[in-house]
Amino acid sequence: MKPRTAKSTGQIITAKNAPYLFVAPFVITFFVFFLYPLCSTFIMSFQDIAGFGDSEFIGLKNYRSLANEQFLHALQNSAIYTVLTIAMLVPLPLFLAVLLNGSTTRFRNFFKSAFFLPALTSVVVAGLFFRYAFSSQETAFVNQILTKIGLSPMNWLFKRGTTMFVLVLFCTWRWLGVNIIYFMSGLNAIPPEQYEAASIDGASVLQKFMKITVPNLKSVIVYVVTISVYGGFSMFAESYTMFGSARSPGDIGLTMVSYIYLEGFNFARLGMGSAIGVTLFAIIMGVNVVQLFLTGSFKRSVN
Amino acid sequence: MSLIKHLFLAFVALLTLAPFVFMFLSSLRPGDQMVQNGLTVDFNVMTMTLSSYRTMAEYNEGLYFMWFKNSMIISVIQTLASLLLSSMVGYALAVYDFKGRNLIFTVVLVVMMIPVEILVLPLFKLSVIFRIIDTKAGVILPFVVSPFAVFFFRQYALGLPRDLIDSGRIDGCNEFGIFFRIITPVLLPAFGAIAILQAMGSWNAFLWPLIVLRSNANLTLPIGLQSLLTPYGNNYDVLLAGSVVSIIPIIVVFLMNQKAFITGLTVGSVKG
Repeated sequence: MKPRTAKSTGQIITAKNAPYLFVAPFVITFFVFFLYPLCSTFIMSFQDIAGFGDSEFIGLKNYRSLANEQFLHALQNSAIYTVLTIAMLVPLPLFLAVLLNGSTTRFRNFFKSAFFLPALTSVVVAGLFFRYAFSSQETAFVNQILTKIGLSPMNWLFKRGTTMFVLVLFCTWRWLGVNIIYFMSGLNAIPPEQYEAASIDGASVLQKFMKITVPNLKSVIVYVVTISVYGGFSMFAESYTMFGSARSPGDIGLTMVSYIYLEGFNFARLGMGSAIGVTLFAIIMGVNVVQLFLTGSFKRSVN
Repeated sequence: MSLIKHLFLAFVALLTLAPFVFMFLSSLRPGDQMVQNGLTVDFNVMTMTLSSYRTMAEYNEGLYFMWFKNSMIISVIQTLASLLLSSMVGYALAVYDFKGRNLIFTVVLVVMMIPVEILVLPLFKLSVIFRIIDTKAGVILPFVVSPFAVFFFRQYALGLPRDLIDSGRIDGCNEFGIFFRIITPVLLPAFGAIAILQAMGSWNAFLWPLIVLRSNANLTLPIGLQSLLTPYGNNYDVLLAGSVVSIIPIIVVFLMNQKAFITGLTVGSVKG
């Protein structure tokens, strides 16, 4: 008797070719909307190109042009922003997560939801609020509070230091809750026996925290730091919302991505914009590799 | 000790909720006060009014509602498309053993790691060539399959019992039939989490819509609200009322099902 093969039963979609059909959407979009643009960015970075006009191969000229003040501002702003946001968004949420996880804590769900709410807002909507709350007018929100407690109003979004403060504050406000949730789920995974054993050995609260809690949370911390590096260096919308454009007085709000946007869309210097993009990519990859190496997390769970 | 802890938590909660409260209260102030004083602390219960909302509704013959509608349509389509396509890819990677499987999965991981911001310039050119500039398709298409969602569905599908699939084959379903009729119901929790993640991402997206969308009537809510701040005058009242209206639906849905939202938006911390 002839065996029933897919061919003989007339099936078009078989167990053999189905997977290829299933993954086709990803493969197609990968080639069209990812690989091609990636190569294009790389190639354009070596060209002088203004949109759809002629392109001229100029070698490393774009990269050499990066040695300018604007790039320095952008790099500085992005780097400082990343460092500061990590400094705020690891210890503080961790501390709050530990507090929330405590056995005597009540209203846990209320606090969780309250802290989480900012993450649901659009960057623009929340950013616009922060922009106006920190407006330089005396009657603006924050300045009013300052004058009421006897301090003088400040020119928030016109100076470098205060601008960074507002941006970091905004980011902290927005992501606090999300990180708290991450840490809480990490905390829940710590076996209580470890704490019990430590208590028997007479460990103090601080010792328990440093020797049990933190090491157990290592992978969560690494994850949070990795996405914070990504988020910090690719920050654009927050700054754009604060200043209403990619440009800011003295470039105090210029980030790496703002710089890409400026060069690409305000000045139509696509070659330059691409060079900045490639540089940004190298930086993010570099920081992540260093981080993975330092924390010994090189073997990711690919399996 | 416990009291101090709760006071501290309450204080932080106050700080995180304050902007919402003040945004809402400010939207109830008379428009001219807003222009004069910006966002201030004083609130006069006597002068509260819904005039800002009226101005918002009438602005430019209902432009706000166009933006709202655009955002809604894009979010819905993008979420549904992403759910369907990403789950298919993730499922296939988990369940079938085929040539190129590991390569594709590695590619998914690599794509996840690369910041999309560096691709926007060529993507813009592509969009012009494909004539999808200033269209909803232009916003959706480049990001219709999310590598993160693929990763997540794969992990989820790895945990499915093989008997499910085998029983489908015995019953004579073809592979797509198995996927749509047997597997999808089982994937429902994963759909829920990814749906929320994707929907929030689409609703709040900024950089790419900013680049692709050009004409006023096609803008999404974030871009549209941004555009209200022109050098020729700031429409604070429309802005505030518009902002409040854009947040309220999300907050309401969130309060109805906090767990789903929290799971959805923190799904990245799911390990291995």
